[in-house]
Order: sequence, then C-alpha cells, then structure tokens
Amino acid sequence: MNARVFYSLAFIASAAFAQDVTKVLQRDFHARGQATMDRVVQDGVQRVCTESRDRPPAELARSLEADQMKTIVFPEGSLMGDWKRGESIAQNGRALQWTDKPGEAAGGSCYNCHQLSPQEASFGTLGPSLRQFGKLRGNGREIQRYVYGKIYNAKAYNLCSQMPRLGLSGTLTEEQIKDLVALLLDADSPVNR
Amino acid sequence: MKKLFGFCAVLGGAFCASLPAQDAKKEIQRYQQMIAEGSPVELFELQGEELWKKPQGPKGVSLEQCDLGLGAGVVKGAYARLPRYFNDADRVMDLESRLLHCMMTLQGRTREQATLRVFGNDDRPSEMELLSAYIAGQSRGARMSPGTTHPKEKESYELGRRLFFHRAGAWDFSCASCHGEEGKRIRMQELPVLYKPEHARPVMATWPAYRASNSQFKTMQWRLNDCYRQMRMPEPNFASDSTVALTLFLTATGKGEPYHGPGAKR
Repeated sequence: MNARVFYSLAFIASAAFAQDVTKVLQRDFHARGQATMDRVVQDGVQRVCTESRDRPPAELARSLEADQMKTIVFPEGSLMGDWKRGESIAQNGRALQWTDKPGEAAGGSCYNCHQLSPQEASFGTLGPSLRQFGKLRGNGREIQRYVYGKIYNAKAYNLCSQMPRLGLSGTLTEEQIKDLVALLLDADSPVNR
Repeated sequence: MKKLFGFCAVLGGAFCASLPAQDAKKEIQRYQQMIAEGSPVELFELQGEELWKKPQGPKGVSLEQCDLGLGAGVVKGAYARLPRYFNDADRVMDLESRLLHCMMTLQGRTREQATLRVFGNDDRPSEMELLSAYIAGQSRGARMSPGTTHPKEKESYELGRRLFFHRAGAWDFSCASCHGEEGKRIRMQELPVLYKPEHARPVMATWPAYRASNSQFKTMQWRLNDCYRQMRMPEPNFASDSTVALTLFLTATGKGEPYHGPGAKR
C-alpha cells in the first residue's frame, strides 16, 4: 500500500472519531453571546490537525496550505498602517469571546504569545519573539505581504500552527492587520528600536 | 496584566519591567507563596460546611446524606476518589455533578433552580463553590485516585483525552494549544503541560482553589468553563459529560498525588 492510500484510509478512520467528538460538543455545549454553536463544527484544517496531532502528512499539508493561501485578501497599495494603533491592537485580548460585546474594538492578543515592544515585559512565549522583526528583515513589499498574510491566515504558511487565523475568522479588520504590519515593520515602531 | 500588576506591587514598582527573566521568575514564585500563605480557603470551607448541613429545597433536608462515592454521608477522602461512576445515576460524575444530583434527589430541587447560579462573583460566592471548598478540604492528604476501571469510566477518560486534543472554535484551539508544550507562558503565566503526569499532579491536587486576582473561590467546572471562553468556543453545559470527561482525564493523568488543596492561585 503506498503512503497516499495509507494516509487516506487513516484519515477516513479518524474522521469518524472526530465526528463523534463534534456530536458530543453539540450535545454538551450551548451558544452564548457571539460564541455560537457553528464554532464546534471543525473545518478541514482543524480536523486534519486534530487527527494528526499537528503533524499532518507533508503532501496533504502542502495542498491544504495552498487552499488556505487562496482565502487571503491582500489590499491594494501599501500594507503598512499606524504602528501606534498596532501596539494597542497587540495589547488587547478581547475578541470573539462570549463576554466580549460584538462590534466593540477587537484585539489580536499578540502579547499573549509573542514578545514585541521592549517596554512590555509581560509577554507570552507560545509563539516566537518578534523583537526587532523589521530591523532584521527590512520593510519591503515582499515582507509586508508575508506579515499581512501570516496574520490574516497563519494556516496558509504552517497548516497546524497554533496561531489563530485573525483575518479569516473575522477577528481583525483589514485596517487593523495593516496597523499590526506597521508595528512589526515600521522603522519607528518600538519593536525595531 | 493583573498578575504583573500584582507582583510589581509586591516589588514596589517601576524596576519591574527591567527585571531579567530569572529574577522575574523568582519574584513570581515569591508572590505565589505569599498568596498561599495569606489564603482564606478555610473561611470558604467553613461556609461550605454550614451549607452542607443546612436543610434546603422542597424536602427541607440537608445534603448530609449525600453519597459522594464512599457511602451516604461520608465526606472524608471522598473528593480524592472523584470523578467516578455512580450506579444510582448510571453515569460518571465529578464533585459538582454529584452535588447537583444530591440537590435534585435528596432535597427535591429542580435542575433549573439548583443551577441558577453555579459561578459566583465579587459580591457573593456560589453554593457550588462553597460546598466544593468544604468537600475538597476533607480530602487533604488523600491520594488522588479517580475511577478508571468501570467501562463507563474508561469511556469517559477516552472522551476526555480526545477533547483535550480536539481543535475547534473561532481560533482553532484545543486544550493542548496552550497546555501541550513545555516551558511556555501566556503573558507571565506559566502553562502546565496537562497531559503529562508530572505537570497534571500538582494542578489537579490543588483544585478547587482560591484566586487572589479576584478574591473568589473557584471550582474545576469554572476552570474548564473559563478555558473554553478564552478558546472562543461556545459555553459548556454545567456538569455535562464533556466537562466530567475532561476532569477525569486530567485527574487520572495526575493520579497518586496527595490532595493538598483547596489551592491558592494568582
């Protein structure tokens, strides 16, 4: 049996388990505020990452990453917004929870997992440090596109990344993502000083 | 943020931000020790004991005849044996779901009435929180040994394990997204790797717990509820099979540890 057939069979078998868990969640959870029940239904990425424990077969990962890449809507023109607004978006941990008011300014929870500006000592380490991100990489068109895309849909670059798909999930607006791009890439941003 | 304010306040201020990581870690440990030493859990335990003995509901009886697994009215060591399978209910139950069961069967209260206010707030703790403080406190020193042999216990453990690694919700998180890798933090909060026994043991042997950041006493049901809130998932039903399964998975992973709660958390 070749690898592709093996993995296909393995995923068909494990998909049945995933469906069981989804049914259990549908029975045992309820909608509250903006946290609606459609959220318990897994999409393909969540299913594959659950069943492979975040180690998807390379070929499958490549093809699903390509699908995720197609979801990213890149705006025209410069992708750099205002790093000061970006800093407050990075600080803000409110978004999409049942305790958050829909329509209220959402944040990206960036500091929960990443080091960014040097004056913020309370940063998490689930993600890599982003200190001096732009200083090391410049702020040309290519890197702007990479940062914008990564924030919009991290799964397009690394299928089972733990980073939320902040654009695709409707957490952050196009403007907000541009502000975060500036926080990382603007030469004046504290991240790069 | 709250936590950083907490330990910066202890340090007396501004040089906090410039602390090297090692020193910061030491200071956090000192802060945690201070919380533990000043913990008011015994006050919650005493209030819980009063509630346990207070006649309530249409039948006007107390919970004193509630069977927590070691026989009617046996409280000593009962918490350390939960969650476990209960024949009379034909399901696996954690402390809160068993208390709810007793409120309904012994006291004749409806589920709606008994679950009206399962989580307390700044003004007032909930009945569940006080009762859990008392019952858990009666297991100090007892080794954590939840039920893992009955077929329904095995089924529940397996569901809990699957739920732990199940990625879903608006931000694609599973429990393992935050509790799956060694040496990681959210902000300044260190994260236990809860599927590993050495990490699960001290955690599961100290819930329920007093939280210094909001001066409230909190149950394990609340802990899971608040995790799912931050995972951007819908809300788990109180005492549902899913929450019991997760608690069984985590407790069984940390089994053998002498219970030394109710704990004091940041």
